[in-house]
Amino acid sequence: MSDWYRDFANSGFGTTITRNLGLPRPAVLRRYEPGQPLLPGPAVVGSAGEGRLRDAVTELLRAEGVHVQSPVTADGATDGEKPAAVILDATGLRTPADLASAHDFLSPAVKRLRATGRVLILADPPSDAASPAQAAARQALDGLVRSIAKELRNGSTANLVHVPEGAEGSIASPVRFFLSGRSAYVDGQVMSVAAADIPAAADDERPLAGKVAVVTGAARGIGAAIAKVMARDGAHVVAVDIPAAGDTLAEVANEIGGTALQLDITADDAPQRLIEHLRERHGGADVVVHNAGITRDKLLVNMDAARWNSVMAVNLQAQLDITQALLDAEGVLKPDARVVCVSSQSGIAGNRGQTNYAASKAGVIGMVRAWAPTFAERGATINAVAPGFIVTEMTAKMPFGTREVGSRINSLQQGGLPVDVAETIAWLSQPGSAGVNGQTVRVCGQSMLGA
Amino acid sequence: MAAPTRPTPARRAAIVGGNRIPFARSNSAYAQASNQDMLTATIDGLVARFGLQGKQLGEVVAGAVLKHARDFNLTRESVLGSRLSATTPAYDVQQACGTGLEAAILVANKIALGQIESGIAGGVDTTSDAPLAVSDDLRRVLIGLNNAKTVQDRLKALGRIRPGMIAPEIPRNAEPRTGLAMGEHAAITAKEWQIGREEQDELAVASHRNMAAAYDRGFFDDLVTPFLGLSRDNNLRPESSVEKLATLKPVFGRGEGATMTAGNSTPLTDGASTVLLGSDEWAAENGLPVLAHLVDAQTAAVDYVHGGEGLLMAPVYAMPVMLARNGLSLQDFDFYEIHEAFASTVLSSLKAWEDEDFCKTRLGLDRPLGSIDRSKLNVNGSSLAAGHPFAATGGRIVAQLAKQLHEAGPGKRGLISVCAAGGQGVVAILES
Ligand SMILES: NC(=O)c1ccc[n+]([C@@H]2O[C@H](COP(=O)([O-])OP(=O)(O)OC[C@H]3O[C@@H](n4cnc5c(N)ncnc54)[C@H](O)[C@@H]3O)[C@@H](O)[C@H]2O)c1
Repeated sequence: MSDWYRDFANSGFGTTITRNLGLPRPAVLRRYEPGQPLLPGPAVVGSAGEGRLRDAVTELLRAEGVHVQSPVTADGATDGEKPAAVILDATGLRTPADLASAHDFLSPAVKRLRATGRVLILADPPSDAASPAQAAARQALDGLVRSIAKELRNGSTANLVHVPEGAEGSIASPVRFFLSGRSAYVDGQVMSVAAADIPAAADDERPLAGKVAVVTGAARGIGAAIAKVMARDGAHVVAVDIPAAGDTLAEVANEIGGTALQLDITADDAPQRLIEHLRERHGGADVVVHNAGITRDKLLVNMDAARWNSVMAVNLQAQLDITQALLDAEGVLKPDARVVCVSSQSGIAGNRGQTNYAASKAGVIGMVRAWAPTFAERGATINAVAPGFIVTEMTAKMPFGTREVGSRINSLQQGGLPVDVAETIAWLSQPGSAGVNGQTVRVCGQSMLGA
Repeated sequence: MAAPTRPTPARRAAIVGGNRIPFARSNSAYAQASNQDMLTATIDGLVARFGLQGKQLGEVVAGAVLKHARDFNLTRESVLGSRLSATTPAYDVQQACGTGLEAAILVANKIALGQIESGIAGGVDTTSDAPLAVSDDLRRVLIGLNNAKTVQDRLKALGRIRPGMIAPEIPRNAEPRTGLAMGEHAAITAKEWQIGREEQDELAVASHRNMAAAYDRGFFDDLVTPFLGLSRDNNLRPESSVEKLATLKPVFGRGEGATMTAGNSTPLTDGASTVLLGSDEWAAENGLPVLAHLVDAQTAAVDYVHGGEGLLMAPVYAMPVMLARNGLSLQDFDFYEIHEAFASTVLSSLKAWEDEDFCKTRLGLDRPLGSIDRSKLNVNGSSLAAGHPFAATGGRIVAQLAKQLHEAGPGKRGLISVCAAGGQGVVAILES
């Protein structure tokens, strides 16, 4: 799906016009492609106070072949190339006064950040703070990073990862994700990692090699993109969709060397049939992506039971039932399984005409949070992604005005692509992402809705 | 009749699964689709279901009853257009309505003999995109025109065309040797066996209801892949009833005794089906299920032109031969799949097997084969509901029966009976 406005704004003529009229100029985002280096340029790593992650991050970057520059002060000499990433280790924060050093590091570094750059802050969670002052300092970073994300231009993003004491070993996967092109449309977000057994680094190009990944709603849209990205990353994809979508489902499966399973996930025997299929054909599943979803919009006062029930059945109850059945079935869900549930921005912000849809999608967020400890016990994880405005066949049918506004009201000034959601899900599915559990990651370009 | 007992084969071919496109009534959803389009799409659906992308299989065997000249290498061309490896060999077969089942038998036999490890059997037919032939006279003129060297010769050749030559010959569902439509032949047999109107209508209603229920419970979810906007057979009438069918006028047979209507006869249909077969070892190596094995098969032919037997009665003759060879009685089965070319055909066959005199004099048996438990007949619907794209019916039945047997558990037995034009019949035994 082309973004005519973005393309226009980036053309020679369009640049002049949009600049003169003061119109937004959405950038061409840096998206992941196999073989791409982690960053298109050097990185600067700094710290506020005595951070405990700075060395580990520096080492990780060097191992990825990234040149790590030393920080520059506001008036200091510039050190070679413009950085492609600015990383702040804020684990040393004790009081709000320490935030001054965060400012001192970030201000000149972010000023020099190149297009499609990344700002990443690593900090302790405020909830673990030793004092109100420390909690205040840590919480202050939320406002800081979200504001930086809004100030950045040219497709650059800023995100914050909370790393509690003891979870240091879990940071490689999220750090890589947030710096890479895989997180192109994830912006202004705050998420947490936890301590976990992290397997030795897998093949970077094919992190899902040898894995069996189930993707529901895979016949088109975001689901088809998820299936493709999973297959690109090495997984065998079991592509699931309703029987009536079987022809396009078969095309997706054939394109990626996966298999097609025609199944209505709301059928009474759907969990059982899925389990039997996985047992018989694949010896179980490593990854399950609950992506299938529907909308049946109406204002609450006009909404009939059928609309309410069908949305709940597909978007929430089926995810619950299938996940529970997989947990109960002996030997089907692999011990280090990854379950990723597709929620929505509507589930966070609410949306007029979508009481049913927003309720179902908010329910998903509660579900993954509640299930996370159970999954952690098995060495598995369950997370959600909440897409914002994603350009699909569905949104292409929206009225022009609604679509234009919907796609521009975010810090990246454009709609995301199905592949952006897919990359985030594929990242959560990686063995190395064991420390990310119970989270809801928004893929919304820092949408103004529900921010 | 003393049939020789059968040498135990080295191994039996496994039926792994199947795929078909929904069947469509002639000149409806698939009016613009060719045999090759439908067969290719059907193979691709099978490839997706079983993850066969880029794989080289032992052989793909399929056929069509109505073929264009361009369809001369139909199956191989379909394989080349599919996601299978281009190094998968293929050939065409044609045994009228027996084509699909015969294709499965051929693939299974090669697997049993160890000549191949895996294969696809299939069939396709379109009565919408049927080949139109020109009359023999016009064809001779056109060949002459093509051979003409000079402009004068060409004009001379063209001058020989007469208006009468222009009307195309549309292929008809009629027997070349009798000129009778297949339905007319069936009507003769129906009369002979005194098959009543109501029992035919009841069989038709059961077929529609059974198949609709099977769709509703998801039975066809892993047997059918949608095509050109259809996700169920568009001939299917779930709300069909004996009362409604009773209002239809007979279309075959004449006068008082005419019982065969459009409701209890299959309509002309477009569609395609495929079945994946393999050795048990091949299935295991590829992580694929074994639904059932093909145990045995038998063909027979009757002389319907001079011999006084009904055109569609050949399976009745094939059955006792196959049963004797396997030491089985007609009652030793959990499921019966008798192709519903016409409701009356199914009922005539069943009556013939129950008839002492017929079984003695025609089939050479001491005793009649007897009756079957009708609740085991065509339990998920058959051709009256789905329609009958000639060569595609066998594959539909084999895959459907194999799945029924698998669902019922190990050690279950199913029987297939398919009648075909030209007075032929094919029967087979599957076992889970
Ligand atoms: N497109 C967006 O902007 C957006 C934003 C937020 C969230 N989402 C969510 O992302 C997911 C995918 O959305 P999309 O835009 O690709 O939608 P889509 O309608 O293009 O695709 C959804 C797929 O799910 C399948 N499906 C529906 N019900 C099913 C059932 N009962 N069983 C099996 N499959 C079923 C559909 O057949 C379809 O192929 C949904 O959960 C949606 O709510 C989308």
